[in-house]
Amino acid sequence: MNDKPITGEKKVFMTGNEVVAWAALAAGAEVMFGYPITPQNEIMHYWTRLAPKYGRKFLQTEDELSAGFTLIGGVLAGKKAFTATAGPGNVLMQEPMSMAEAMRIPTVAVIQQRGGPSTATVIYSQQEVNLTCFGGNGEGLRVVYSTSSHQELFDYTIKAFNTAWKYRFPTFVLADGYQAKMRESLVIYDPFEKMEMVEPEPFVGKPGTPGVDRKPAHLRNAYSVEEELYEALSKDIADYEKAVPELVEHESFNTEESELLVIAHGVVYRSAAMAVKELAEEGRKVGYFRPITLRPFPQEQLKEAARKAKQILVVESAYGQLYRLVRENLYGADIPLKTMFMPGVGITPEEVREKCVALLDGKEA
Amino acid sequence: MGKVTRIALAGEGGQGVQSVAQILTEAAELEGKEALYIPNFGIEQRGGVSIAFVQISDQKIPAPKFKTGDIVVALSDRAVRRVQVHVGSETVFVYDASIEGVEEDLPKNARKILAIPALEVANKKLHPRVFNVLIMGAVIGATKVVSLEKAKEAIEKRLGYKFEKSPELQELNFRALEEGIKLVEGMEVE
Amino acid sequence: MVEILPKMPKSWNPESKPHKFCPGCGHGLVLKALGQAIDELGIQDRVVFGCDIGCSLLSWDFFNVDTVQTHHGRTTPVMVGIKRANPNLVVVAYMGDGGGYAIGSQHLVNAATRNEKITCILVNNTNYAMTGGQMAPTTMPGQKTETTPYGRDVEETGYPMLGPEMVAAITREGAYAARGSVAKFAQLKKYIKKALENQMAGRGFSFVEALSTCPTNWRTNAAQTWQFIEETMTKYFPLGEFKVPEGKED
Ligand SMILES: Cc1ncc(C[n+]2csc(CCOP(=O)(O)OP(=O)(O)O)c2C)c(N)n1
Ligand code: SF4
Ligand SMILES: [Mg+2]
Repeated sequence: MNDKPITGEKKVFMTGNEVVAWAALAAGAEVMFGYPITPQNEIMHYWTRLAPKYGRKFLQTEDELSAGFTLIGGVLAGKKAFTATAGPGNVLMQEPMSMAEAMRIPTVAVIQQRGGPSTATVIYSQQEVNLTCFGGNGEGLRVVYSTSSHQELFDYTIKAFNTAWKYRFPTFVLADGYQAKMRESLVIYDPFEKMEMVEPEPFVGKPGTPGVDRKPAHLRNAYSVEEELYEALSKDIADYEKAVPELVEHESFNTEESELLVIAHGVVYRSAAMAVKELAEEGRKVGYFRPITLRPFPQEQLKEAARKAKQILVVESAYGQLYRLVRENLYGADIPLKTMFMPGVGITPEEVREKCVALLDGKEA
Repeated sequence: MGKVTRIALAGEGGQGVQSVAQILTEAAELEGKEALYIPNFGIEQRGGVSIAFVQISDQKIPAPKFKTGDIVVALSDRAVRRVQVHVGSETVFVYDASIEGVEEDLPKNARKILAIPALEVANKKLHPRVFNVLIMGAVIGATKVVSLEKAKEAIEKRLGYKFEKSPELQELNFRALEEGIKLVEGMEVE
Repeated sequence: MVEILPKMPKSWNPESKPHKFCPGCGHGLVLKALGQAIDELGIQDRVVFGCDIGCSLLSWDFFNVDTVQTHHGRTTPVMVGIKRANPNLVVVAYMGDGGGYAIGSQHLVNAATRNEKITCILVNNTNYAMTGGQMAPTTMPGQKTETTPYGRDVEETGYPMLGPEMVAAITREGAYAARGSVAKFAQLKKYIKKALENQMAGRGFSFVEALSTCPTNWRTNAAQTWQFIEETMTKYFPLGEFKVPEGKED
C-alpha cells in the first residue's frame, strides 16, 4: 500500500471537490464520514476511489446528523477525520458541530455552499455564512476559512486539520458550488515536506486501565448548575480569544490610497479584486479588504484597512450575511456602508465594477 | 492583467457542450496556459439548456463567472435565447445554421453573428456523434486559444481508451476538429 | 423492600458513588450488570462508554472507563465512529427508549443494518424520564404520562415499539438481540455479557433492551413499581433472546 499520496509538488487541473479529497489525503486524514448532497458529492466520490489505496476509510451514514456524530467518534478515537456537506445538510450538521464546540473536539468539515433557504438550488451561494460561523446553540467558538480558489481550497483544507488539532475548535472550510464544480489549475504538494503538521491524539482508549494506571476520560457536555457551565464556557472563550490573533487571516489591497473600500469574501472576492485592480490601474481611489477567516473575524485588520475609506461597499452572494459581520466588526467607525447583495447568484467583475464606478462618481447615494 | 478569452457554450443536455469545454480547457492546460471551466449545473442538467463557461489566458484567471463572452456558441433554439445575456458589443455569436425560428431572437448587439452549418457537415460528411468536436474545432478556429496539436492531444487523452478499441474513431474525431476549424476560416475573432 | 448494598463492581468509579439516579431507579441496576460484565470479561482498559442525553446522562462519570456524553439520540453514531476508527476498543452505547427508538431511531436501524460491531444497551422505562415523564415510543397502552394524561390511546399514537424484535428482523447472522429486565438481574447480566462478547468476537451488532423502573415518573411505590415491571411490562415486552449467532444459543 502506498503511503504518500503526493510527493514533491505537482501542477494539476481539476475540480474543487477533487482538490478537497487530495488535500485531505495529503494532510493525513484517515477517515471521512459523509452523506450525499450536491454540490459536495464528488468529495466523497474521489475520496472513496483514492482512500483505499492509502489505507484510509470511509463511512456513508444515514444522514448528516450521523455523519457529524460518527465524525466526532472518529476524532475521539484519535484520528484525523472529516466530513463535507452543504445546504440542508449543513443545517443538520449544526447539532454535532455544537457538541464538538462544547467538548473542544477537532472536527474538520468542508462546506460547499448552495442556494438557500430550504432546498433552493444545488448550484451556489454565500448564504451559509451565518450557519457555519454561528450555527448551533452556542457562541460560535469555531474557525471558518473562506476560500476563493482551488489553491486555497487545497492549502486551507490542509490547514484546517492543523488548526483544529492545535486549537481544538471545530474547523470549517467554507467554499461553494462554484469552487466545488469548476476546474482550474493549482499546485498540490506533500505538506509533511513543507510545514509542521499537528499530530492527532486520542481522547479515549489511551493505554492503561482507567482508574488504575491513569485517570479515566470523563467527557461531558451537560452540567447540572449554571455556574459550572459558565466556568467551562469562560475557559473556552478565553482560549478562543487568546487564539484570535494567531488565527485571523485577511488580504487587502490599496487601502492606504482608497476612498472606496470594497469588502468581499470567498469566490466573490475574486470578482471584487479584479474590478478593484482594474479601477486602481485607471487611477481610481479604490481598494479591497477580504477576510479569509470569517470566524474569528480579522477585526483589527479591517478597522485598519478602513481608516482612509470614505465609503465601504460590501459585496456578497447573500442578503447581508457578510455585511452583518462587517458592521459588527467596524462598530464605531463612521463610514457609510453600501451594499451589493445578490443572494444565491454569482457576481461578475463587471457587475462589481459598475457599482464601484457609480459610487465613486457619486451617482449612487 | 493578461488578455483572457471568454467562451460560453450552450446546448441541449446531450449535445456535449460540457465535454467540449472540458477538452478545450485540458488542451489549454497542455499548452501551458491557465484555464478555468465552470459548468452551469443544476437540477436542469438532465434536460434543459446546459451552459459551459470557459476562460483561457496566459495568466491566472481572475474570476470564475463572467457576464459577456468573447465568443458565445448556441446549439439549439432554446440555447440561443438563454445565452442572450452573455452577449455584448465585443461578442462573436455563433449558432448552428440548422436552428430554425430564432431569427427574432438572435442578439442585436453582438459584434458579429456567424451561422455555421456544423450539424449538416457532421451528418453528411462525418457522423452525428462528432457534432460537438466539430463545434470545438469552430471555437478553436475562431479564437486560436489552443493549437490544433494540443487539441488533438487533449482529445486523445480523454477518448484514447475508445480509440484503442476502434482506431477509426480517432480519425473521425480529428477530422471533425479540422472541419470545424474550416467552418470559421476567415472569420477569426481577433 | 430492603436495599441490599451490593459489592461495587471494580470498573465503577467510587468517587461518583452513591450515584445520582432516583431511589428505586432501574438505571443503577443496568449499569451494575454492565459493570460486572466488564469486570468478568476483564475489559476495563478497552471499554469506551457513551451515554445519551436522558437520565442516562447522569452516568457520564459512573465508571472508571473512558466515557463520552453525547446528545439525545446520537450515542449510537458517536460509538460507531469510535469503533470504526479504533476497532480494538469495546464500545457501549447507553441510551433511553426515547433516545433509541424515537429521535435516534434512524441511527439504531442503520447501525443494525450495517451490522456495526458495537453494543447498544437501551433502557426501556416506558417514558421520557429526564424531561419529566412524557410519552415514549414504549409507553404502554392506556398508560398515563404527562403528554397522555388520559392514558395512551393506541388509535392515536400507535402501539409500544418492540425494539429487540425489530433489530432481530433487520439484522443478519452474527447480530445479537435480547431483552432483559432489572427484575431478573442474572439474566440481564448474561445478555449484556453476551452482547459484549459478540462485539469482541467481531460478529456483529449487539443489542440489549433492559426493562427498567422509573418510580419517579410512574408515581409508584416499591410494590407497585415491581408489579408494573414484572407483570404489565413483561407481558407486553417478552424477555429472552431474539437473535443469537450460531453456536451461541444457551
Ligand atoms: C434534540 C433534543 N431534543 C430534546 C431534548 C430534551 N430531552 C432530554 S432527555 C429527553 C428524553 C429522554 O428520554 P429517554 O431517552 O427515554 O431517557 P430516560 O430519561 O427515560 O432514561 C429529551 C426529550 C434534547 N436534549 N435534545
Ligand atoms: S426519573 Fe426515572 S429514570 Fe430518571 S433517574 Fe429518576 S427514576 Fe430513574
Ligand atoms: Mg425512557
